[in-house]
Amino acid sequence: MRHWWFPENASSYGGDLDSLFYLILYITGAVFIIVEVGLLWFVLRYRTRGGAAAGGPGRAKAYYIEGSTRAELIWTAIPAVLVVIIAVFSQRLWSELKDPANVPPDAQPIGVMVKQFEWQFTMAGADGRLGTDDDITRKDHLTVQVDQAYQLELQSIDVIHSFFVPAFRLKQDAVPGMTTRAWFRATRIGEYEVACAELCGLGHYRMPARLVVLSAEDFTRWQAAEAPPPAGGGGGQ
Amino acid sequence: MGADARPQLRMTHGRQVEYGLGVYSGKLGMWVFLCSEVMFFTALIGAYIILRWGSSQSWPDPTKVLNITLTAFNTFLLICSSVSMVKAYAAISHGDQRGLRLWLLATVAGGAAFVGVQVYEYLHLIHDGVLPSGFREGGEIMEALTRAGLPTGGHELFGAAFFTMTGFHGFHVSCGVLCMIWVTIKAFRGHYTQAHHEGIEVIGLYWHFVDLVWIILFTIVYLF
Amino acid sequence: MTAPAGAAHGPDAAHAEHHHEPSFLRKYVFSTDHKVIAIQFLFYSLFFLLVGGALAMLIRWQLGFPGQPLPGAGVLGDEAAPGGVIAPKFYLSLVTMHATYMIFFAVMPLLVGTFANYLIPLKIGAPDMAFPRLNMWSFWLMIPAGVLALAGLVVEGGSAAAGWTAYAPLANTPDYTGVTTGQILWCLSIAVFAASSLLGSVNYITTIINLRAPGMVWFRLPLSVWALFITAILAILAVPILAGAVIMLLFDQILHTHFYLPAVGGQPLLWQHLFWFFGHPEVYILILPAMGIVSEIIANGSRKPIFGYHTMVYAIIGIAFLGWMVWGHHMFQSGMNPILGTSFMVSTVLIAVPTAIKVFNWMGTMWRGRLWLHTPMLNAIAFVAMFVIGGLSGIFMASTPVDMYIHDTYFIVAHIHYVLFGGSLFAIFAGIYFWFPKMFGRMMNERLGKLHFWTTFVAYNATFFPMHLLGIAGHMRRIYDPNAYRFLQPLQPLNTFISVSAFVLFAAQLPFIVNFFWSMFRGRPAGMNPWRDNGLEWTVPSPPPHGNFAATPKVLHGPYEFSHPDTGEDFLPQDQPLPTRPGA
Repeated sequence: MRHWWFPENASSYGGDLDSLFYLILYITGAVFIIVEVGLLWFVLRYRTRGGAAAGGPGRAKAYYIEGSTRAELIWTAIPAVLVVIIAVFSQRLWSELKDPANVPPDAQPIGVMVKQFEWQFTMAGADGRLGTDDDITRKDHLTVQVDQAYQLELQSIDVIHSFFVPAFRLKQDAVPGMTTRAWFRATRIGEYEVACAELCGLGHYRMPARLVVLSAEDFTRWQAAEAPPPAGGGGGQ
Repeated sequence: MGADARPQLRMTHGRQVEYGLGVYSGKLGMWVFLCSEVMFFTALIGAYIILRWGSSQSWPDPTKVLNITLTAFNTFLLICSSVSMVKAYAAISHGDQRGLRLWLLATVAGGAAFVGVQVYEYLHLIHDGVLPSGFREGGEIMEALTRAGLPTGGHELFGAAFFTMTGFHGFHVSCGVLCMIWVTIKAFRGHYTQAHHEGIEVIGLYWHFVDLVWIILFTIVYLF
Repeated sequence: MTAPAGAAHGPDAAHAEHHHEPSFLRKYVFSTDHKVIAIQFLFYSLFFLLVGGALAMLIRWQLGFPGQPLPGAGVLGDEAAPGGVIAPKFYLSLVTMHATYMIFFAVMPLLVGTFANYLIPLKIGAPDMAFPRLNMWSFWLMIPAGVLALAGLVVEGGSAAAGWTAYAPLANTPDYTGVTTGQILWCLSIAVFAASSLLGSVNYITTIINLRAPGMVWFRLPLSVWALFITAILAILAVPILAGAVIMLLFDQILHTHFYLPAVGGQPLLWQHLFWFFGHPEVYILILPAMGIVSEIIANGSRKPIFGYHTMVYAIIGIAFLGWMVWGHHMFQSGMNPILGTSFMVSTVLIAVPTAIKVFNWMGTMWRGRLWLHTPMLNAIAFVAMFVIGGLSGIFMASTPVDMYIHDTYFIVAHIHYVLFGGSLFAIFAGIYFWFPKMFGRMMNERLGKLHFWTTFVAYNATFFPMHLLGIAGHMRRIYDPNAYRFLQPLQPLNTFISVSAFVLFAAQLPFIVNFFWSMFRGRPAGMNPWRDNGLEWTVPSPPPHGNFAATPKVLHGPYEFSHPDTGEDFLPQDQPLPTRPGA
C-alpha cells in the first residue's frame, strides 16, 4: 500500500511540489471535514420523523430566515484568502519550473524525439552540446548524472505525446511542429520509469522508457563506454 | 403601473406577461440566434487569424489568387440586397403591399445572384487548382505564382481557410435565400400587414447580419 | 388562484384550433408541447445513460481483469474483443464513446433537454415555450445525432478512438488511430447535436425573458430557472465554438485541409484552444442546472427559504462569467506559454469562491430546518457532499505546478466523476424523483428510491474515491493495460477493487429502472402537490393539461416562502398571497 501514494521523490523540485500538494491537501481537507461533518450533523440534528406528516397547520415550523449577509461575507472572504494563498505559492514554484531565466545555467541539453510508440533520447556527450559527434542516441533509454541539471528539448514526429517521470514530478507535452522544453535535476541514484501521459494511439499504454541516474564517476565511465568512435565512426549502437 | 417610463406588463398572444425587454419573441429569438452565429464565425475567423499571423506563417498574396474585381462586385450586390431589404420593411411599415413584394423580389434576386457568383468563383478556382487542401502542383495558379517568382508558402492553409470561411458564409446566404423565397411567397399571399409584419423584420435582421459577416470576410480574406 | 383583472381569454389564441383531440402521433410523437418534448428527452437520455454505463463496465472489466476474456463478450465481434478479450483499439473507442455519450447524449439532454423543457414554462407561469415548433425540432435533431454517434460502433475501423477531447493530430489522421469513418461520424454527430442544442437555448432564453407571468419579476424566479437561463446563455456562446472547431477537424479528414496538421503550418494547439474555450463553459453547462435543481429540493426538503437567494443568483452569474476565462487550465502542460499558465491559474482558483458560497448557502438552508428526508432530498444532499469533493479536488489541478504531476492521471478522472456523477447525476436523480409525480401523475416508490440511493451512494464512492489514489501514484489516463509499466503494477488490486465496485454501481441502477417504469403505471396517484412545494408547477394538475394554466397566474412573492411564521401551512405557493397579519 506504500505504492498507493506518490513515488519517492528523486528530483530537486519534487519536494517543493509535494509540499505544495500537501498545503492544498490540508486546506481542502479542512474544508472537506467542515462541510461533510456539518452536513451529517445537520441531517441528524434537524431531520423530522414522519416526513410529510410533520408539516402542517399548528405544527412546528423550521426557522424562517432568508440569509445572513454577515455569514456570507465570512464564507466568501475566507475561501478567497485561502485560494489567493494557494495561488501565490503555486506561482512561485511555477516560475521556478518554467521561467527561462530560472533554468539552471549549467543545464545540459537532452534531445527527445518521440513517436508512436517509442522515445528516442540524444544525450550530449562529453562536450555538453547537442548536435556534435559525441552525442549518444538511445531508444527508450536515458542515462543522466545525479545532481546535474538537464534541459529536455522535446519534439514529436507524429502526434502529441507527453513525457512523464513520476519520480521527478515532471511532465511536459511533446507537440508536433513545436519544440517544448522542461528541465530537471535528479537527486537520487537509481532507475526510474518514463511514461507517456497523452493519448497517442493504440500503443499509448506501452511506451515505457528507462531513466537511469548514475553517480558522477559511474556516469563518466558510462559516457566513455557509450561514446561513438572518435573519427570516421557513425553513431552508437 | 406607476410613473415609470417603462411599463410593468405587456400583452402577448392575448395574455399578460412581465415586460421583459419589450421586444417581441420572434425578434428576441433572432437576436439570440445571431449571437450564436457571431460565435461560430468568430471560431472560424479566429482560427484564420491565428494560422495566418501566428508563428510567422507565410501566406500567398490574395490579390494574385482571387478575383478581387469580381468579388468586389459581388459584395456590392449583397449590399444592394440589404438595401432592398430595408426598402421592403419600410414599404410594409407604410402598408405598401406592392412595394413589399417588389423589394422582396429584389432581395431574393440579389441574394441568389451573390450565391451564383460565388459558385462561379469556386468553380473557376477549383479549375485553376485552388482547393481546400491547397494549390495543386501544376495547376494554373500554382504555375502562375511560381513563374512570377512569388511566394507560395502557406498555400495549404490559404485554401483551407478560404473555402471554409466563404463556404459557410455562402451556406448561410443560401439558407437565407430559401427563407426569403418563402417569405416572398407569403407576402404575395397577403400574409403581412401594416399592423403585423414581424416576419419581415426578423428575416431582415438575419439578412443584414449575413451581409455584415461578408463585409468582414471580404476585407480580411480578399483585401489583406 | 385569482384570475388577473383584465386578462384576456385563457391561453394562446393559436391553441384554439385544438378543439378536437389531436391524433396519437401529434400528441405523443410529433408534439410541440414542452412537457411531451421533455419526456421524450428523458427517455432518450436515460437510454444513452445506460449505453454509456455499459461501455464503462467494459472499460472497468479490462482494467480490473486485464487481458481476461469477458464472459459473453463474444457478441462484440472479433475485431473488438477477440476471444472475449477487449482489444486495445476497442478499449480506446470505449473511453472515447463512454465520455461522448455521457456528456452530449445523456447529461446535457437530461439537464438542458428534460428539465429545462419541463420546468421553465411551468415555473414561470407560461402555457408553453416561446417557439413550440422549434422546440420539437430541437428534440428530433437529437435522433440523427444519436444515430451518427452510435453508428461508429458498427462501421469498419470502429468508433472514434482519440478520446472525447479528440486532440489533433491524432484525431484527424486515420494513419495514427486506425479509425477512418468512426471519427468522421463522431464529428458529424457533434455538429448535429450542436444544432439541436442551439435551437433549445434560443427557446429557453426567449421564453424566460418574454413569457414570465405577471409578478414573476427577475428576483422572484426560482433558482432552477435562473440556472437554466444562465446555462442557455453559456450554450449559445460556447457550443458554436465547438461546432466551428469540429467542422475544421472534419474538413482535415474529408477535404484534406490542414488546420490542425503541423506539416504545412497547421497548429495542434489551435484545436486545444478552440475545444477548451468551448469545453470549460461546457462543464458549467453540465453543473449549473444541477445546482438549480438542488436548490429547489433542498429548500423544499428543509422546509426553509433558500439561504441567501440573491447571493445564490449572483454566484450562478459569477461562476458562468469566470468560466470563460479559465480554459487554459486544461492546457498547462501543453507547451502553451507558461505566462498564460499563470493568468489561467489565477482565474481558475477564483471560481472556488462563488462555488464555496453556494455550498455554504445550501448548508445554511438546511441549518435549523425541519428536514424531510424524502428520496429527492437524499439525492440533493448527496450532491452537495459529493460535489464539494469534486470541487476541492479541482483546486489541486488549478495549481499549475501540482497539475504538472496530476495532469492526465486518474486524479483528473476522479475529479471529473465527482463533479459529473457525484454532482450532476445525483442532481438528475433528485430531479427525476421530485418531478416524476408531476410528469406522470404518480409517485415513485419511496422504498425502492431509498434502496437505489443508498446502494448507488456507497458503490459510487467505492468506485471513484480510490481513483484519487491511483492518480497520486501516477496512474495515467486512457491506458489499456497499466501492467505494461512496473510502477503501476502494485496498483492492480486497487483497479480491481474499483472495477468490482463499478459493477455493483451499475447493478444498483436496477431498482431505479424498475421503479421508474412500474411507478409510471402503478405508482400511488400523486395529486397536485405531493411535496408541499411552492413552485407554480404544483398549482396545476399532475400531469398538467396542454396549456398548463387555465388562467394566467399572478405571482405575489418569491419561491421559497417555507415555514413563514404567519402562514398556516409550512409552504406557500407563489400565487398565494403572503399573510398581512398573523393567522390571516
